[in-house]
Parts: sequence; C-alpha cells; structure tokens
Amino acid sequence: MQNTTLILILAAMGVAAFFIGRGRSLELAGGPGNVSKLHSLPGYYGYFTAIWCLLPAMFLLLLWVMLEAKVIIALVVSSLPEAQQLLSAGELNLLVNNIQNLAAGDAISVETNSVLQEAAAQFLHYSARSQQLLYAVVLSVATLGGLIAWRRIQPDLRARNRVERVLLLALIAASSIAVFTTIGIVLSVLFEAIRFFREVPLSDFLFGLNWSPQTAIRADQVGSSGSFGAIPLFTGTLLITAIAMLVAVPVGLMTAIYLAEYSSRQVRNTAKPLLEILAGIPTVVYGFFAALTVAPWVRRTGEMFGLEVASESALAAGLVMGIMIIPLVSSLTDDAINAVPSAMRDGALGLGSTRSETMLKVIIPAALPGIVGGVLLAVSRAIGETMIVVMAAGLAANLTANPFEAVTTVTVQIVTLLVGDQEFDSAKTLAAFALGLMLFVVTLILNVVGLHVVRKYREQYE
Amino acid sequence: MSSSTSQKVAASLGRRHRKERIFRYSGMLATAVGIVFLVVFFADLIGKGSSAFVQTFLQLDVEMSADVIAPDGEIDLTYADFDGLAKAALREQFPAVSGRSERRELYRLLSVGAGYQIRGLIAADAELIGTTQTIWVPAAANVDMLVKGNIDASTDESQRPISDAQIAWIESMQANDRLETRFNRALFTNGDSREPELAGIRGALMGSFYMLLVTVVLALPIGVAAAIYLEEFAPKNRWSDLIEVNINNLAAVPSIVFGLLGLAVFINWAALPRSAPLVGGLVLSLLTLPVIIIASRAAIKSVPPSIREAALGLGASRMQVVFHHVMPLAMPGMLTGTIIGMSRALGESAPLLMIGMVAFIVDVPGGFSDPATALPVQIYLWADSPERAFAERTSAAIMVLLGFLLLMNLVAVVLRKRLERKW
Repeated sequence: MQNTTLILILAAMGVAAFFIGRGRSLELAGGPGNVSKLHSLPGYYGYFTAIWCLLPAMFLLLLWVMLEAKVIIALVVSSLPEAQQLLSAGELNLLVNNIQNLAAGDAISVETNSVLQEAAAQFLHYSARSQQLLYAVVLSVATLGGLIAWRRIQPDLRARNRVERVLLLALIAASSIAVFTTIGIVLSVLFEAIRFFREVPLSDFLFGLNWSPQTAIRADQVGSSGSFGAIPLFTGTLLITAIAMLVAVPVGLMTAIYLAEYSSRQVRNTAKPLLEILAGIPTVVYGFFAALTVAPWVRRTGEMFGLEVASESALAAGLVMGIMIIPLVSSLTDDAINAVPSAMRDGALGLGSTRSETMLKVIIPAALPGIVGGVLLAVSRAIGETMIVVMAAGLAANLTANPFEAVTTVTVQIVTLLVGDQEFDSAKTLAAFALGLMLFVVTLILNVVGLHVVRKYREQYE
Repeated sequence: MSSSTSQKVAASLGRRHRKERIFRYSGMLATAVGIVFLVVFFADLIGKGSSAFVQTFLQLDVEMSADVIAPDGEIDLTYADFDGLAKAALREQFPAVSGRSERRELYRLLSVGAGYQIRGLIAADAELIGTTQTIWVPAAANVDMLVKGNIDASTDESQRPISDAQIAWIESMQANDRLETRFNRALFTNGDSREPELAGIRGALMGSFYMLLVTVVLALPIGVAAAIYLEEFAPKNRWSDLIEVNINNLAAVPSIVFGLLGLAVFINWAALPRSAPLVGGLVLSLLTLPVIIIASRAAIKSVPPSIREAALGLGASRMQVVFHHVMPLAMPGMLTGTIIGMSRALGESAPLLMIGMVAFIVDVPGGFSDPATALPVQIYLWADSPERAFAERTSAAIMVLLGFLLLMNLVAVVLRKRLERKW
C-alpha cells in the first residue's frame, strides 16, 4: 500500500488537531479553572478541530484513489499513436494491461516495442506525479481544515452539538449499509441476469427441460451448443429440499415437543446444547460427511435391497441437509409452543385430555402459524444451502423424482459455472447470475413471508 | 346416560394411553436422532482423522557428496540433485535391489520432501558438505497409509497402490528401526501441496486469519454503530422500518448470494484482486453484519432505562448517555454477538468459492492482497482429492476447524457469564 504513509500522517495530524483545538479553547476561556465559560467541554473543541482537519482530507483521498487509475489510463491512451486509439475496446484493454505490466516491471510475458515502452514510461511518470500531487493536496486540505476550525473556536461555539451531529450522521450511514447491501445484491445480480436474458430468452430459461451450459469456444465445435433450460435444476433443488424437510420437520417438531413437554430438566439441559452443536458445524463439514460417509452407506444399503443407487444420490445430500436443519426447526417450534398461553394447556389438561391430546389438538393448532413460518424459513435455508450439495449431489442435470439418482441444484450450478477461469461475458457465466437472481427472489419471498408470519403470530398472544 | 359416557371413556382409555406412549416414544426417538447423528459424526471424524496427526518417517544415512551439491565448487541450491542424494542413501540400505524398474519402485518409498529437507540442511549449514548425516525424512503417502493400516496388505497386489516388493522393504526398514511414526509437523507448518505427505493447513489458517481480521475491523464498528442508531436514535418511520426488515432478511439470504455480490461489485467493478483475503473479508463482513447488529440491539435493549434517565437527568446529552453509559454496559453482549458472528464467518465457504479463493495456493499468504485460501475452502479442496491420504488430512483439518469454532464459542460463553450483569 503506497498510501499507508499518507494515512499515518493524516492520523497524526488528527491527533495533533485534537490537542491544539482543546488547548485553544482552554486558552480562550482563560485556563482550566474557567471551563464553565465555554459552551462545551474542552474535549469537544478538540474533536471539532480534528473533524475539520480529517473529514474533508479523507474524502478527497478516497475520491482520488477511486479516480486515479482511470485518469492516468485516459492520459496515457490519449498520447498513444493515432492507429492504436482506433482499436476496439477489448484490444485497447489488453494494450493498457500490457502497459501496466511493463510499468510494473513484469515484462516477461509482454512483447515489447518502442511505443509500449514509451507508454509505460509515461504511465510511471504520471503515477509518480499523481502521487506527489496527492500528498500535497491532501495535506494542505487537512491543514486548511484545521486552521479554519482553529479560527472558529470561540467560547460560545456550540462545539458539542456540531460534533454530535457528525456522529449521528455516521451512525445513520452505518445503519444504512444493510440497505445498500440489499440494493447491491439486487443490482449486481439483476444487471448480469438481464444481459443473460438478452442472449437466452426468459421462457427458454424458465421452462426449458435441458440444461447443458457448455458453450462452444469455436464455431465448428460439435455438441456444445449450450442450452439453458433450468427446469432440471429447479426439480433437483426441490427434490433435495423435500428430502431434507421430510427429515427435519418431523424430527425437529418432535424434538421440540419432547424437550418442552416430556423430558426432565436434566435431559433438556444436556440435549439442547448438544443439538445446538449441530447448528454450529460448518456446512463444508456436513458436505464432507455426506460425500464420504453417508453416500457410500446409502449406496450399500440400497444395494442390499437390490436398488440401483447412484454414488452421488439426492438422498444422501438431502438426509444430511435435513439433519443440519433440525436445530433451526426445533428452536423455532420451541418458540412457537412457548408463546401459547399456559391457560390453554391447563384448560385442556383439566378437561381430562392426555398430554399428547393436549399437544396435538390444542397447542399445535394454536402454534401452527408460528411453526409454518419456521418451516418456511427452513425451506429457504435448504434451497440456498450450497456446500452440502456441491460436495454430495452431482453435476448431472437429470430431470427425475427418484431420490436414488444423482440430481443437481441451482446452487451447485452457480458454483460450477463461476469457479475457474472464465470470460466474464459468456452466456455460461452470466447464467450463474440468472440462477442467483432466481435463488435470491425465491428465498427473499420465503423469508419475508416466514418472518412476517412468525412475528405476527408472536404478537397475537402477547 | 352419565354412566354410559364414563363407560365410553373407560373403554377408550387403553387406546388413548397407548397413543400417549407412542407419542412420547416418538419424541424420544426424534431427540435421539440428532444426538446419535452427532455421536456417529464425531466418531467417524476422529476415527478417520486422528491418524493424520502422525506421519511415517524413514531414516537415511545421507552422504552429502560435494560432487552433487557443488559441482563447480560453488553450492548450487537451485539445480543440484538433492533427491538423488536421498535415493542413493536408500539404495545403500538395499544393496540387493538392481535394475531400473526395481530401483524406481524403491525410490517411490520416498517423498519428494526428502530432497527439500536435504536442501534445507545444506542451505542452513554449508559445513555439512562431505559428511554423512543420519536424518529422518518423510515417507511417501502410500507408505504412510500402509503403516497406518489404511491400505490392506492382504489384498491382491493389483488391488493396492503399493507392491509386494515395497511392502517387503518397508517391513525390513521397520525391523531395523529405520521407520518411525512421529508427530506430523508438516500439517501445521506447510502450505498446500499436491503431495499429501507435504500438504499442510498453515496457508489456509493464515488466509482465514487475515480474512477474519478484515471482517472484525469492518463489521464490529459498523454493526455496533448501526445497532446504536436503530435502538437509540431512529425515529419510527418508514426508513427505519425498511432498515429493520432489511437486516432481518439479510440474515437469512443464502450465503452464496453474498458471493455473487462480491464477484460483481468488489472484483469486476472495483477491480480488487481475486483470491485476496481483503475481498474475502469484505464479503464476510457483509455476511456477519446482520448477526452483529441483531445481537448488539438485544444487548442495548437489556440496559435498563433507569440508567439513561439518570444520565439525562444529570444533564448529559443523548450522545453522551449512549457513549458514556449504555455502550459500555452493553459491550459484553455486543462482543459475544461479534464472536458468534466471527465463528460463523470462519466456517463459511460458499461465498469464498465465488471470489476465487479456491485456487491451489502453495505459498503461505503474508498480507491482505496475497492470493490465499481459507480453512473451510481447504477442506473442500482436499475432500475432492482422490488420494486416500488426503481424506485423512481433510478430517484432521476439520478437527482443527471445529477446535477453533469450539474455542470461540467457549470464549463467548465465558465472556457472557463473567461480564454480563443482571439488573
């Protein structure tokens, strides 16, 4: 980092500005004994000065770093000979890359000629000049800001209010990052997906039955036309999700009921943390277990019954994913059951129903919205789960409902399409973003509905 | 009438109690499923991985021949045939071995690490040239697997990656005390390697460390600031509702989508380097931000209003109330939430695949923009390798990862117990 020194200098200046501002306020007040003459405590005058000193300078520095490379490249390109300025954007890009490599002294891979050499020299020249200019401008802005603040310090300056206003703006900015993240996700995925849908019609993608994203590198290549029908991926995702839910929902539900209603305190206090461990195990570890232990076991068991089981079956991935989701289902169910007023439970028990009847006929129906909301969240988790399926489910896009066959999922395809070195503009990589958009939209809907139902339900009994 | 009702009840009682019992047992069964899985999982993991912490070494009497190391009178560390020295030393032990193919088979007992080790010795101390040194060098992965019993010597020769002759040599070395299993230090000091016996998790650990450093530096202040604003200052309006809904949703967005965001924004748009811990840390901090915000808000909420009122009553401004009183009291809860978020970030791998942290990287990263990988991604990479020896190392790496996660969670629990106040 070439700007580390500059940032360190700025930090030192900020600290100095704090003490100068503080000293100035004390001086104007007439010594530490007369602090009451000041509007704010002396420290606030210090912060005030430091903010004036640092904020504009930091802003400028950030802007500079963001624009520097582009400006320099534009300058270098504009000084290139006429012929090279007429190159296409891609070729120009390559040329600029070569120039940069050459300037960085990494010239082994670049064929050099005098034009390139000259451009590289110019690049270095501009870079050095820009660096000098940056130091000069940023440091003078910092000094100027500090001076302005120093001049404005008066005993009746409302320094605390000003400092607090800046602080409040910083807090607002921090809390807005969540919104910007969402916007960033939507925009980044949406733009690439739109580019994809320009090449592949939306209807082909949503309703096509054939998924083979290998596109031809040369026009005369055989058998890799690239077809992007996502139905096999959707069914594969649904199949694995369904298997996972078949494991997680009954087991999670019954676990929550047993621990809430039947078990002794001791059992509950040991079983709950143990089950929490399941939620803390990284998904890549589940994936390893699914691929190396569960899948061979499923295969052997299947063969014992004379069944043909693929070595990367949907069943193995789904089973392990189900186990992973048990804690989520059981903790949300537990919340829902606990929210049911005990009067309802006591009433049912008082009328002579057994505990299971109380549970099944009174409490579960009353807690059903909360449980359903929890299940929706679990489904969303299963759909978006990546590592287990990448490691334990296959890559073959089979359109099947047979859990013993290999299927592939949306997340697996996103990973396989984007891992490795690819051109970023090909339909193949863009397809990953289209899949990402589908994934984001579906899980978003599930999450919004699930969270809404869970919260509404909780309020109902409060 | 009433007697017939009670008769009906009495008659159905057996059936109802039976149902009750079934319900109860199915509850027990469900609870057992999770716990049994946990037991099987850990037994399987430890059974598979604990042997990776030791490794087989062979003892060689290496003659540091000056002709090989310094052919022109000067030490040639780049091109000298250090492997050849190790091979010659092994040949000494088995003078009966002759013929090219048989010798080649003998050499396969050695790891390529043997040559590196001799080179390291020479580089550290040139005085050794011309002497004969007795050293322990790593054995090839297949030898290691045989010694640990992972390759069954009783199967047919064509069914195993190690020949009858090799087994005989190994047994003779064992009989002469020239073969030993020792602690596998390479696992913790080396970067990744194509050779299982040389592969280690140091590179991945450092990558994870740099990433978590970026994550904590970014996510902790931003998360705490956001929580303070939302809890203490935000007016009840649409914007704060929107932020609130957003945070809850972000906590449930699939992590791979964050990877897509990182790829599109940080790598393609901002042109940050691929495979760098810096980008990984940025993505992970976005991922853990909701966790930290939610935990911090809960911590702030648990500070009783009387504290705020007392401070306000003494003339503090709202900022002073928050920064002088509420925040210090809520800190333990916030830190606990941060540690939980960090442990989630440490185990995360899907978004890292998107930003190119799956590359095969041998060098241990030394900074935030060096190409690196992370511990969970290393596990993913090794799990894909067909060699039996990598499966063992994968399990060992998982044990290390789980160990770190356990440690972080323990710290969080202790912190909560020690520092949290009951009001």
